[in-house]
Amino acid sequence: MKALVAVKRVIDYNVKIRVKADKTGVETGNVKMSMNPFDEIAVEEALRLREAGIVSEVIAVSLGGAPCQETIRTALAMGADRGVLVQTDAELQPLAVAKLLKAVIQQENPEIVIIGKQAIDDDCNQTGQMLSALLGWPQATFASKIKIGDGHAEVTREVDGGLETVSIKLPAVVTTDLRLNEPRYASLPNIMKAKKKPIVTTTPEALGVDATPRLVVLKVDEPPKRQGGHKVGSVAELVDKLKTEARVI
Amino acid sequence: MAALVVAEHDNAALKPATLNAVAAAKEIAGQDIDILVAGKDCHPVAEAAGKIAGARKVLLADDGAYDHALAENVAPLLVQLATNYSHLLAPATTSGKNLMPRVAALLDVMQISDISAVVSPDTFVRPIYAGNALQTVQSKDPIKVITVRGTAFPPVEATGGSAVIEPVAPTDATGLSEFLRAELSKSERPELTSARVIISGGRGMQSGDNFHLLEKVADKLGAAVGASRAAVDAGFVPNDYQVGQTGKIVAPELYIAVGISGAIQHLAGMKDSKVIVAINKDEEAPIFQIADYGLVGDLFKILPELAEELERRQ
Repeated sequence: MKALVAVKRVIDYNVKIRVKADKTGVETGNVKMSMNPFDEIAVEEALRLREAGIVSEVIAVSLGGAPCQETIRTALAMGADRGVLVQTDAELQPLAVAKLLKAVIQQENPEIVIIGKQAIDDDCNQTGQMLSALLGWPQATFASKIKIGDGHAEVTREVDGGLETVSIKLPAVVTTDLRLNEPRYASLPNIMKAKKKPIVTTTPEALGVDATPRLVVLKVDEPPKRQGGHKVGSVAELVDKLKTEARVI
Repeated sequence: MAALVVAEHDNAALKPATLNAVAAAKEIAGQDIDILVAGKDCHPVAEAAGKIAGARKVLLADDGAYDHALAENVAPLLVQLATNYSHLLAPATTSGKNLMPRVAALLDVMQISDISAVVSPDTFVRPIYAGNALQTVQSKDPIKVITVRGTAFPPVEATGGSAVIEPVAPTDATGLSEFLRAELSKSERPELTSARVIISGGRGMQSGDNFHLLEKVADKLGAAVGASRAAVDAGFVPNDYQVGQTGKIVAPELYIAVGISGAIQHLAGMKDSKVIVAINKDEEAPIFQIADYGLVGDLFKILPELAEELERRQ
């Protein structure tokens, strides 16, 4: 079976975020960009399924501007077989991404789609659930373990109270949580090899999808700053302050 | 304009996160708030939901299809009910996050995730980049599908209401997915997201065994125990302990961070706490910049001392 993974280009998680002075968004110029960490986990899981002989081919899809090629190359360097770029400079929101992915999936016919549970830029946590809804497929979100059986998958999910295991019919969409695996680093030979792997480029128009945003961003603000930085000298002083000054214990 | 709030529950009891979601709904729709209880043998939950202050009526969908709240089965029910509402809301818990985007996609609308403020019935504030920026968005969709950040909306009263319970016809089970089992953490302590006091450990705890030092302090304070992503990644404690951008968002009256350096992704989950205490041996740790009270020192000495001091002054 084929596996399809979606990989998003986001500001690297180590970069300190700065809100633009005109409040239209955050600074992205001269900022290090990387693959969304949850999508790295998705790529890794697909590769492990291929190495276990369950998956035959891993296709990495990214959506956005031309630089998303780099994100696909990263997935290819990790070991994915080929890439698809849905290229557009327009803003894409999760519903549009889900519709575009659906169109790609209908051409590629994967039996399992693995994507990150959320992107660390917009923190939306929607695309996987939306995609499975549009396809009429089952969904297993926040996965910490995936076991593929005959025509179904057993997925353990991270839920608020602990763990929950569901059985889903294939084809299905799975979204990754942190503990699913630890993604590999791409080795230098594999980075070189990845340069020769094919990436097909398409567009929302070619896929026949209306990707118009439904949410209008009116402004982006900095969060209120917290005034901290006071130190206490001892445990006794700490307990004292908590009792008499903060009055929280 | 009317809002439908999806109640969070385990078929026996209503979860407190529901009350925060109702509070957000009130800011949008005033008095016209209904509550959906979908589950199996969940009548006690419907009764509890009927007592929520401000609830107009409770819709009860009691059917095997809704046991374990599988999104594949519950989403079509919400889609069917959506025609009567301008807003559908759920708490931004793992079950709300699992369900609502599926509902939104079936309705061909965008979801508005994890709102932290209501500006107007179509405009909302939501944190992005782990809370390092706040986005104000206006929805152009006819139905607004929303998940609510509980810590941003003080809960409505759980009692005082007298809403009628109205049964609704169940939709068919889709058969796409099946619940197999749950392994839920058992704890005598309060839940992280509703605890008044939380004490969390980070990489500085060095091992899972050392978490008993936190538990001793937690026992004295009636606190919940949490952890940073680093502590979860290191395998000290299970993932449901995790406080942060990718874990739970909390805002207790008192948050005590022990051996936690203060990575952005952790701060995203706790910086709205009323009072923050940091205990760390590295006085340069970023956590001290946001802490109301910082104590520099060896946590293995400080924690037993703190438990003792609390005992002495109780």
